Amino acid sequence: MNFAVIQFPGSNCDQDCVHVLRSVLGHETRLLWHKETSLGDVDAVFIPGGFSYGDYLRTGAIARYSPVMAAVKEFADDGGHVLGICNGFQILCEAGLLPGALIRNRSLQFRCEHIWLKTATNDSPFTSEIPEDKILRIPIAHGEGNYFCDEKTLADLEANDQILFQYTNADGDLTDDANPNGSLKNIAGICNAARNVAGMMPHPERASEQTLGSTDGRHIFESLIATLNTQPTLAPA
Amino acid sequence: MKAKVIITPKAEVLDPQGQTVQGALEQMGCVGVREVRIGKYIEIEMDGDRADVEKSLDEYADKVLANPNIEDYRLVFED
Repeated sequence: MNFAVIQFPGSNCDQDCVHVLRSVLGHETRLLWHKETSLGDVDAVFIPGGFSYGDYLRTGAIARYSPVMAAVKEFADDGGHVLGICNGFQILCEAGLLPGALIRNRSLQFRCEHIWLKTATNDSPFTSEIPEDKILRIPIAHGEGNYFCDEKTLADLEANDQILFQYTNADGDLTDDANPNGSLKNIAGICNAARNVAGMMPHPERASEQTLGSTDGRHIFESLIATLNTQPTLAPA
Repeated sequence: MKAKVIITPKAEVLDPQGQTVQGALEQMGCVGVREVRIGKYIEIEMDGDRADVEKSLDEYADKVLANPNIEDYRLVFED
């Protein structure tokens, strides 16, 4: 596979993402500076975590107007697969590639900890290989991860099975205590209606090697790789 | 002229900052507090034809300064 990881001023999970894709999973992966106007030859694009543009104005609000985002939008509109992690999720929401927004955590605290995640659907390129009923152990690190959308959007997300991940307790129960940021319906990750663009607040790239305490994040990358192996990206970039 | 952009969280959006400040005001004895909502305030010095400037800023306030999913905004222009 050929992967691209977008790098904005203020990205800080870009190298972790490259490390997992390249060194752990063994795929060609390159960093793409936000000033680029073309993605080149890529099978999927990753928008990493961090604090692009210092989170000024709103998280992701400035990054989404970076030149490279026009190319990402075109890629996504043509069916290309895009995964936004943490700040990447915020950027995709600001860009309108995913519905809703991520607002300040209910607690007003920056939460940096391992949480439990339930896969709400295996019917997506990002979750297809996650073992059924497995509760994932993956870290979060964010101050603005409180997923919000209006009632109609939430109804659409549920009707179209677009909720990918939800915060749970260790037993997989959707409790309010297990919700680290106040997200509606404990939402930790969603995909678009076409299912080729996804965003999630937890960091799978920080849970892809045993030495880091969990390899559960690998299921997400491996799902996407399995999908791309069976349905290669057609979009010329 | 000076443009003032006043951005507030939509009524249905949780505003934990506002709630926290409201609690503090009440605890300190501020009388008559019903609800506190915290938003953003942006000042922009602008030049040009007033009508053009107003139209343009309204477009960009909607596009980037505020996120219509979660925020409302209003513009005030001063000469």
